[in-house]
Amino acid sequence: MAGKTLYDKLWDSHLVKQQDDGSCLIYIDRHLLHEVTSPQAFEGLRIAGRQPWRIDTNLATPDHNVPTTADERAIGVDGIADPVSKIQVVTLDDNCDEFGITEFKMQDERQGIVHVVGPEQGATLPGMTVVCGDSHTATHGAMGALAHGIGTSEVEHVLATQCLIQKKSQNMLVRVDGVLGAGVTSKDVVLAIIGVIGTAGGTGYAIEFGGTVFEDMTMEGRMTVCNMAIEAGARVGMVAVDQTTIDYVEGRPFSPKGEHWELAVAAWQDLHSDDDAEFDHVVVLDGASIAPQVTWGTSPEMVLPVFAQVPNPAKEKDDVKAAGITRALEYMGLTAEQAITDIRLDRVFIGSCTNSRIEDLRAAAAVVKGKMVAASLKQALVVPGSGLVKAQAEAEGLHTVFTDAGLEWREPGCSMCLAMNADKLGSGEHCASTSNRNFEGRQGFGGRTHLVSPAMAAAAAIAGHFVDVRTFA
Amino acid sequence: MQAFTQLAGLAVPLDRANVDTDMIIPKQFLKSIKRSGFGPNLFDELRYLDEGQPDQDSSQRPINPDFVLNFPRYKGAKILLARDNFGCGSSREHAPWALLDFGISCVIAPSFADIFYNNCFKNGILPITLMDEQVDQLFEDTLAKEGFELTVDLEAGVIRGSSAGDIEFNIDSFRRHCLLHGLDDIGLTLEQSSSIKKYEQKRQQQAPWLFT
Repeated sequence: MAGKTLYDKLWDSHLVKQQDDGSCLIYIDRHLLHEVTSPQAFEGLRIAGRQPWRIDTNLATPDHNVPTTADERAIGVDGIADPVSKIQVVTLDDNCDEFGITEFKMQDERQGIVHVVGPEQGATLPGMTVVCGDSHTATHGAMGALAHGIGTSEVEHVLATQCLIQKKSQNMLVRVDGVLGAGVTSKDVVLAIIGVIGTAGGTGYAIEFGGTVFEDMTMEGRMTVCNMAIEAGARVGMVAVDQTTIDYVEGRPFSPKGEHWELAVAAWQDLHSDDDAEFDHVVVLDGASIAPQVTWGTSPEMVLPVFAQVPNPAKEKDDVKAAGITRALEYMGLTAEQAITDIRLDRVFIGSCTNSRIEDLRAAAAVVKGKMVAASLKQALVVPGSGLVKAQAEAEGLHTVFTDAGLEWREPGCSMCLAMNADKLGSGEHCASTSNRNFEGRQGFGGRTHLVSPAMAAAAAIAGHFVDVRTFA
Repeated sequence: MQAFTQLAGLAVPLDRANVDTDMIIPKQFLKSIKRSGFGPNLFDELRYLDEGQPDQDSSQRPINPDFVLNFPRYKGAKILLARDNFGCGSSREHAPWALLDFGISCVIAPSFADIFYNNCFKNGILPITLMDEQVDQLFEDTLAKEGFELTVDLEAGVIRGSSAGDIEFNIDSFRRHCLLHGLDDIGLTLEQSSSIKKYEQKRQQQAPWLFT
């Protein structure tokens, strides 16, 4: 019999019961909550007269709606100018207070984007099942956890039962061999992967990222990659546990301590796919051939190396694809075969659950240090992923590097990734963004998003258009 | 949850692949703390010519006459015909809530994104996956005849009304059962409480650091 994949192991260790029809009851170890997808779930509990099954597994923080300017944040929830956003944040506070759920409220230094906060606190650990009403929950798979997004009905289901009714996915291995070139980051790797397998290529699969490129990658880099598994259609992305994982987890506030730490580390040694495990699908890329990536269209799969030209629909044989290219070019205000480096930018956004951790901020700061943002730019925002990331960056003096270069240094939150707060694009504006989705209207009505790494976004901010960060000085 | 047994109605063809949940219901409408009232903002950026705001009276807004849901012949449609990877992107359940509130309780496509697909069943919406050729056929039928209606019979697993004859479809048996009877799956899971508690006891011995 073939060995088990990491996904098989995580699945098996959380299987409560398998029904005759193949549907399974899976136990959930960690449930993360934020203000947008939870209010209706709490309301459902109240209407049905149900109580949360296990309070201590839940951890909440507001992130999607919170303002990012210091003035608004200084006065707490009352500083949220948009009354509708304010109601959502207040509702999360009230629900957590009512049910006794730990919440890092807006004024707490530990507040931040839920997918930054979880690993940072040691609240998401190797071997756990982690869910959240947010598709970027796949981020936590970087810990060697089984993590995925759920809808609001399932948020209610987890609150009430600590379980989910699931069908097992198939196993996919995405292996990236070799070594990345200088200036090429985890973000470029995951964008290149999505470019190869497509935005639906991972549908129905749990993806394990393996190979030397991921073995060499930092935990924060692995989080960036797993974060975007959903952009390849896979709810689950994950990386095997190794010493890098264990070193990262050790000593964090929620991490096991003392005797429990020893037990946990011993158990985590098994959190990798067996040598003889069989995958349903394997994709192999060469790390050395990956260049800095830029999305040109309205789906993350519409991505190319920075030195390329945007496609020409007339050269696409598939009619549906050609129509998609035509529509995307029109929405993005680009012409066929235009060089990516000729795309002029209006705004730059460095932040989001994909790229707002300390390493991301260091990479961006290294590029802008001693330079000035292009005069043609309307705005360049840097939004740290959590209060603790912000404090760390300030301790390292990164905030003054950014502000000296003409970028704005903000308070933590989701911000312009999805523009639920005041940070958004105007219609027709082009943005170099370190976020995860370039869908129509995602960053603001009529806004035009180009997904890139933090270093590429920083270089674009200085140049006013896209440039290859590898040769940018 | 409303049970889904049979549905007869107009089908509206949305000829576009990779329709994402940002498109189905844009972010500014996610600020509601209710499950209802999203219908007027379904496909907001495609349906209207202006930028929509929450709590706005959408009946006064300029509509986009080129968007298929605005064509008079599809008024009152209950079934949405779609293309590959429908519902990709975020996990927002506001997407199925918006479809349902608008009056659409069945979506037919060659493929769906996982989370959206799953969310449909929690809300009494039936997502049906068919082969490309079958979906093409339904698009053709719809375009060929104004007032073209389909009947979706979940009990029998059949779509009736296509010029090419009956089309069979498959739905996972548990999900089908829940939809047919409008079952609350939290209630079903709570019937397994003793199994959950037994699992927790075993797990606590194996991984005590998860129970502190």
